[in-house]
Amino acid sequence: MRHIISILMENEAGALSRVAGLFSARGYNIESLTVAATEDPSLSRMTLVTTGTDQIIEQITKQLNKLIDVVKLMDMCEGEHIEREMMLIKVRAVDKGREEIKRMADIFRGRIIDVTDALYTIEVTGTSGKLDAFIEAIDAADIIEVVRSGVTGIARGERALHV
Amino acid sequence: MELTGAEIFVRSLEEQGVKHVFGYPGGAVLPIYDAFDQQDKVEHILVRHEQAAAHAADGYARSTGRPGVVLVTSGPGATNAVTGIATAYMDSIPMVVFSGQVPTALIGNDAFQEVDNVGITRPCVKHNFLVKDVKDLALTIRKAFYIATTGRPGPVVVDIPKDVSTLKAEFHYPKRIKMRSYNPVTKGHPRQIKKAIELMLSAKRPMLYTGGGVVVGNASKQLVEMTKLLNFPITNTLMGLGAYPATDKQFVGMLGMHGTYEANMSMHNCDVLIAIGARFDDRVTGNVEKFCPTAKIIHVDIDPASISKNVSVDVPIVGPVDQVLKEMVAQLKDSKAKPDAAALKAWWKQINEWRAMDCLKYSTDCEHIKPQAVVETLYKVTKGNAFVTSDVGQHQMFAAQFYKFDKPNRWINSGGLGTMGFGLPSAMGVQVAHPKSTVACITGEGSIQMCIQELSTCLQYGLPIKIINLNNGFLGMVRQWQEFFYQGRYASSYMESLPDFVKLAEAYGHVGMQISKPEDVEGALKEAMKLKDRLVFMDFLIDPSENVYPMIPAGAGLNEMILV
Repeated sequence: MRHIISILMENEAGALSRVAGLFSARGYNIESLTVAATEDPSLSRMTLVTTGTDQIIEQITKQLNKLIDVVKLMDMCEGEHIEREMMLIKVRAVDKGREEIKRMADIFRGRIIDVTDALYTIEVTGTSGKLDAFIEAIDAADIIEVVRSGVTGIARGERALHV
Repeated sequence: MELTGAEIFVRSLEEQGVKHVFGYPGGAVLPIYDAFDQQDKVEHILVRHEQAAAHAADGYARSTGRPGVVLVTSGPGATNAVTGIATAYMDSIPMVVFSGQVPTALIGNDAFQEVDNVGITRPCVKHNFLVKDVKDLALTIRKAFYIATTGRPGPVVVDIPKDVSTLKAEFHYPKRIKMRSYNPVTKGHPRQIKKAIELMLSAKRPMLYTGGGVVVGNASKQLVEMTKLLNFPITNTLMGLGAYPATDKQFVGMLGMHGTYEANMSMHNCDVLIAIGARFDDRVTGNVEKFCPTAKIIHVDIDPASISKNVSVDVPIVGPVDQVLKEMVAQLKDSKAKPDAAALKAWWKQINEWRAMDCLKYSTDCEHIKPQAVVETLYKVTKGNAFVTSDVGQHQMFAAQFYKFDKPNRWINSGGLGTMGFGLPSAMGVQVAHPKSTVACITGEGSIQMCIQELSTCLQYGLPIKIINLNNGFLGMVRQWQEFFYQGRYASSYMESLPDFVKLAEAYGHVGMQISKPEDVEGALKEAMKLKDRLVFMDFLIDPSENVYPMIPAGAGLNEMILV
C-alpha cells in the first residue's frame, strides 16, 4: 500500500542522504521525496511517499526513527490527512487546441502562468491522482515538459507533527 | 583559555576517561598526533594497518564494556578502517573512530588523500559527523561518545579536517548532554513485562534464547537470576556465549547453523520462546517459515527495529535488557503463580534425551590432531578463564562449541559481519585492556594471514597473546560447503604456499611452535601458557578433512540438522 511519511529532522548537512541511503541500502521504494526547512530553521521537514506491506512500512518507520537526525515522524495514512502535489506543465497550444487547453486548465483549476505564441505553461495543484488525470486529459503529443514537486501532506484536525 | 583543535581533541578524550587509543598517523592528523605526544593520560597504540586499529578498539570494547577509540588519517587511513567499523556496527559494539580529513577549503577538490569518509561510512555507523568548525569540536566528541555508548551501541565516526585541529577555540567539555532527536528508551513497558511474565508462567515447553544484547547490555547477572528462578532451558547465540554459564545444567549449548541438537530441537518444539537481546539472525533461525512453529514469542530488545523484523513476535518489549530482566525477576518473585513444575519435568526429560545424542562427539581415533581436541585442551589448560578471540570459519565454530564460557565479555568474535582478520587485532585490544589475563586467539591459516602484520605491534607493546592456529591447509568452512553443496569441487579453498609460521613468528621476535601429533597438544599448550610475557604462535597441523557438525543447511528448519 501507498504511504506518506512526514519526517521532522535536524537541518544538518547530509540528513537527506541518510534517509535516501537507508532506503537504497534496505531495498525500500521511494516514489517521491520533498524536503525544505520549516518555520524553525534548525528543522527540516521531509515528505516521503513509499509503498510496501504493513510489515515493510513498520520497518521503514522504525528504521527512520533510528536515524539520529530524525526528531519525529508521522505516517499520514494512519489518519485523515490532506495531500498536495504541484505540477508545472508546458504544452503546445496552437489553433483550436489553444482554447481547448485553456478550458482544460480551468476544469482542473490550473493556472496558466506563462504564455508564448505556441505554448502554455500551466500550474496545477492537487493530489497526485488529480495531476495524473490532467496529464491523461491532454493529448500526449502536445506535452513538451512536465515537472512535479512530489507529494507534501499535513494531517487534518488536531493531529500535528511538531516538536 | 583558547586551545587548538588538536588540544581540544586530546583534552576531550581525557575528560571522557579514555585510556587507550588505537591508531596510525598521517598527514591530516599530524597536529593531533603532535598534541598527543605532549600529554601522558591517554596512551596511543600504533598498529600496522588501520583495519587492525578498528578491530583492536573493538576487542577492547567487547572485553571491557567501555567504548573503543580509533584514530586514523584521511583517505586510505579512513577507508582501511571501514571493515573494522562495519564489524563493530553489525555486532553493536560501542566505538568512536576519529579520522583526519583534508582542510575544509580543500574538501570536494579531490585533494591528496581525500575521501568522503562521512559518505563511505554512513551505512555502517550508528552516526557520523564532519566537524567544520573548531567551536563545535568538543561538543561533537561528547555527542559521539554519548551516541556510541547508549541505546543500542554502535560505532560513531568523527571526521576532523586538518585546519579544524589547528584553529583555536574556547574549550568546554559538557558533562551532560541532551539531544532532541535522540532519546534511547531507558525502561521497558510495565504492562508488556507483565504480559510476558504471564505467558512465561503458562508455558509447558518454555525456551530462553539470548544473544549479544545481554553481553553488550551488561545483563548477565539478571539473566542468570531469572533463568534459575524459572528452571527453564536456555540457549545462547554465537554472540551471546558467556552471558549464561556454559557449564550450568540448564544451558543446552549454542543454537543455530552449528548449534547443538538439544538447543535447536528445544527451539523447534518449544511453546513459549523468550528472546532476549537477540535479533533472529538467519544463521540462528534457519528457514523462518519453519522457525519455532508452535511457539508464542516474547522479544526483549533495546532496538524497536529488531522486533518483528525477521520473525513476528507476540509480546514485544522495547527496553534495556538489564532493566527489563531486573523488573521480570522482581515480578516473578512477587507472583503467586509459579512455573508448571510437572510440565517442566517432562520437558527436561525430553531435552535430556536430545542431549544424550551427544551431537558434538568426534572421533579421536585418527593420526591427525582434531581441532575440537585443541580447543577442549585449551579450555582445560586455561581452566576456562581465558579471553578467547577468534577469526571466521571452522575454527570459530569449534571455539564456540568447545570452549565453555562461564562469564560474559570473554568470547570475542565477529558474529554479524564474519570478518576474517579480526582475531589477532581484537586480541591486542583485549590484552591492552587486561594486561594480566590470558588472551588466546583461535584462528586458522587463512584468517591469520589477513592481519598478520600485527605481530609487529604485539612485540612493540609486549602483548603476550597465545595464537592457536588451527592449520588444515584449507579455507575450512569454504571447503566444507564445497564438499556438501558443490560436489567437492574445491575452487580456491586450498591454501598453497603457506609460510613457515614458526619462522614467521620468530622473525617478528616471538616464539613459534609447530604441533603435529595429537599426544603433543596438551604439553605444547601448557608450555606456551608458561611463557607469560611472550607471544606464542602455535601452529597446529590438524585433520584437513574435519567438518563442523551439527549443521543446518541453508533453507532448512532447526529440526533438520545434519549430524555427523
